[in-house]
Order: sequence, then structure tokens, then C-alpha cells
Amino acid sequence: MPATETAPEFKTITINMGPQHPSTHGVLRLVIELDGETVVSLKPVMGYLHTGMEKIMESKTYTKSITVTDRMDYMSPLGNNMAYVGAVEKILGVDVPDRAKTLRIILLEVMRISSHLVWLGTHALDLGAMSVFLYCFREREKLLDLNDMIAGSRMTPSYFRVGGFFQDVPDEFAPAVRKFLTEFPVALREYQNLLTKNRIWMKRTIGVGTLSAGDAVDLGCTGPTLRGSGVSFDVRKAMPYLGYEAYEFEVPTGRNGDVYDRYLCRIEEMKQSLGLIQQGLDRLRPGPVRAPNQYLFPADRSDVKLGMEELIYHFKIMSEGFRVGPGDAYFSVESPKGELGFYVVADGGPKPYRVRVRPPSFIHLQALEQMCIGRMVADVVACIGTIDIVLGEVDR
Amino acid sequence: MGLEELIPDGILTTTVEKMVNWARRSSLWPATFGLACCAIEMMATSASRYDLARFGAEVFRASPRQADLMIVAGRVSKKMAPIVKRIYDQMPEPKWVISMGACASCGGEFYDYAIVQGVDTVIPVDVYVPGCPPRPEALIYGIMKLQEKIDRSKLKGETDPAMISEAPDA
Repeated sequence: MPATETAPEFKTITINMGPQHPSTHGVLRLVIELDGETVVSLKPVMGYLHTGMEKIMESKTYTKSITVTDRMDYMSPLGNNMAYVGAVEKILGVDVPDRAKTLRIILLEVMRISSHLVWLGTHALDLGAMSVFLYCFREREKLLDLNDMIAGSRMTPSYFRVGGFFQDVPDEFAPAVRKFLTEFPVALREYQNLLTKNRIWMKRTIGVGTLSAGDAVDLGCTGPTLRGSGVSFDVRKAMPYLGYEAYEFEVPTGRNGDVYDRYLCRIEEMKQSLGLIQQGLDRLRPGPVRAPNQYLFPADRSDVKLGMEELIYHFKIMSEGFRVGPGDAYFSVESPKGELGFYVVADGGPKPYRVRVRPPSFIHLQALEQMCIGRMVADVVACIGTIDIVLGEVDR
Repeated sequence: MGLEELIPDGILTTTVEKMVNWARRSSLWPATFGLACCAIEMMATSASRYDLARFGAEVFRASPRQADLMIVAGRVSKKMAPIVKRIYDQMPEPKWVISMGACASCGGEFYDYAIVQGVDTVIPVDVYVPGCPPRPEALIYGIMKLQEKIDRSKLKGETDPAMISEAPDA
């Protein structure tokens, strides 16, 4: 070989994953640079589901905006309702009645289980376990039935209102939740039998997508993505809302910060949520679910038909809405994905001046590159599943 | 045993058209193409309780080249619209489109700068399913309506004006 000839140039290939890809959980596009099958660099490209929700909320009244929040993280719509409604309540200084608080906790935990079930089903489906998906959706249907019962909609209930609820849950709600509480532990054991000691599952997840505790904190991760790395941070404990401080529950953490640990964390979280729902049901007492503030809710229908004053308020609330502020507030909740915060600026009018969302999925997406570099393409799929992103929330 | 008793000779006479339509409507293969909230209901439709397999449409294909039904499930943003069109173009003929949900059908709740006001401005739509998101029963009904439509289609020459589905110029 002549000495002048140089070695062939080292070349990487750049591939496009998405936006139409079954395992990117929506319309995420990843531009991946590959050396053989090893990931050299990975760039998420977003915006394929950009809806302009923050902007559209500026043109809706405070009550109408609640319906927009449902469609951000559509796995746990009520969690989004809570974060938004909580921020508005903070500006108004409204105190929600006890029954409404307890019901909200029950519903939020129901949403957490429901969201984790979708996560578990799709995550397992991406890694090749089809049957887990069918099992998870079997249980999820029971939770959607609860949504159907309280609000008449399976996925987008928009049930929360500023100052509590518009109306109380039906009588059959509590028995239905109790029935679910007895059924779900069995189902949870089934999922674990299918996955936890499954050799293929362990090989695909243990040691994959590791994120050290320091990195996870630096990247702004929250929720199970952070707790899988061993950092015990939960908004419900750190900044309690709705009286979570009075409830007993543990914050499960992992050790290695890999996909498997985050899986175990979420499974444990579902168990803790069951405990929270049980405690909530035990504390549920009859009472009002609306804050005693006549400007937030219209009068009873029977009064509207008789009284002039009530009719005027009814018309005013239904057409113009109530006025908030001036003021601003940030309110965050522990959504199934992590810390979900709403920052609402009110200028004294009936519509928000500005709404800014802190979506956990968006922030977790930046951890994806760190998880994937140096790993195989197949592990990218595991990493996307483990951060549990919802593109509706990322792009808004 | 069932069919054999009805057809003792084992022979049935029918037209090629009827047979082809029967085959096409009985095995619709949707493309795995979820956009937003409706995609989760689409998944629920194919999952345990609603079991889309009963209607022969459960084989969700990850590649549009293997699919003949596109369920546009969710809001189509202006950034996504060209990709929706490309995926539609990649599907082999004959192909059908179901617009699932208010957003895909007409923009729905989101009348703003980012969302395409109806996916029918980009690709031809056969069946619109209303709802936000539509319940799985509604999607199944939409698929059954599409099956009826496929049953009416002609092999040669479009006689039913409702069957002509030309792609818009946009």
C-alpha cells in the first residue's frame, strides 16, 4: 500500500425518526446521527402538533380556557385542569370547600393511574410486549368510565372549575371507585408478573438510558424521570396543594436511573395512588363543592327562573365570565409526568392576559440526547418510552 | 356446520365487483398514524374492550405503504400538513381516509394561526367522525359507514358522484 494513501474517511449517517413513527408517541421527529447502529447525536425536532394553546387561552374566558388545558396532556386531563384552576384560584384568593378538595385528590390520583397505564401499555408495546397493552387498556377503560360518569366525556372531562366543581359527583361514583380499588391490585400484580422478572424486558431496560441524579437535576427533570435516578422530589410533598400534606404516602425512588428503575418507580406510584384514593374516600364527607363566591358560579336553575338578580348574574357569568386580578400566580402540581405548572397573568378582565405553561414533557425531552448517546437505535425507543412524553404538552 | 350446509355444492355465483368489494371492506388496514388526543381513543378502539378486530380493521401498519385506510386522529398543524399529505401519497390505491374528531374535520376548538381548519383541505376525506374526541363506538360506526361506502364502489367507471374523490389542488 502506498504511504500517501490515507484511510477512508470516517462517515456517519443521519436518519430521520418520525414524525410519523409508531414509537415516538405522537408526532415527535428525531434527527439521529449514527455510526453503524450507535447513536452519535440526537436532536428532537418539535412543533408538529403546535396548537397555539397559550395564545388561544388569551381569547377565552377563564372558564372556557379550562377546556383547552384538557387537550394538552390528554392522558391526565384533570391534572391540567387542576394546575390552571389552581393558579386562577391563587390570584383570586378563593378557598375551595373541603369536599371539593378531597374529590379533587381522588380524581387526580385516578388520573395518575390512568396515565401510567397508557405509559405502561405503550412502553411495553414499543419494546415488543403486545399483550401488556391489552391488559393495561382493560383497566384504563374502568377509569374512563369514571370520567364518563362525572362529566359525560371519556377523555376530556373539563370537570374542575375555578372555585371547586360546577356540580357534585353522582351517588354511584364512590362505590365505583371502591370497586376499582379492590380490582386494581390484582391487575397490577398481573402486569408485574408479565414484565418485572421477564428476561427480555430486563435486558431491554436495565442499564439503558441511564441518567445520574446530578444530570437529572441539571436538566430540570421532575416526576418519575427524576425519581428513577434516586432524587426524592415530589411536588405533592415539596409544595403541597389541596391538603396533600395530611395524606400518608411514600415517594418511590430508584437507584440506577435507568429505564427499569423508572418502570419500577411508576408501578410503585400506582400503588401509592391507590392508597391516596382510599384515604380520600374515607375522608369524603357531604358538603358543598362550590366556593361561597357568588361571582364564580351561576345561581341555581330554580332561582334563575324566579329571581331577577339571579337571572342577571346567570347571564353575566355565562356571557362575560368573571373578572380576575390584576395579579399573577404560578401554581404547580405533580402531574403523572412531573411538575406541571401554570403561570397566569390577570389584568382585571374576564380573560387571562397571558398564560404560560411549564410542561414536564417538554423539559424531559432535552434529557433524551444524554440518555441515548452511545447506545443502539433500538434503545432510543426504550428511552422515548421511559420519559413518558405527550406531544400535546410538548408543542402545546 | 354453518356455511357448508347452505352451499352444498361448494359453489357460489357472484360478480367480481361484489367479491372484490367484500374483500376490501372486510380487511381494512389502517396506518398507525396518531396525532393527538384522538389517537389515544383510536388505540382504545383497537384494545381490549372495543376490539376493532371484530370489524376486520385491527391490523395497524406502521408503514403507510402497507395500509389502505388512514385515520387522521387529531389536530393537524400547519407544520404537519405536508407530512400528512406525503403519508397519504405513499399509501397504495385504493385508499380511504377517515377524519376522526372535530379538529381533523374542521379545526374544532382551535380556530387559530397554527391549526389547519379541516384536513379535507389537504387530502380527500371519505368519512367524518364528530366528537372531541369521538368515543370508540363512534369510530367503529365511522368505519362501518366506510365499509358501506366501499361496498357501493364500482370496479370500472365511477357512476356514483359521491364516490369520486379527487385530491384538492392545494
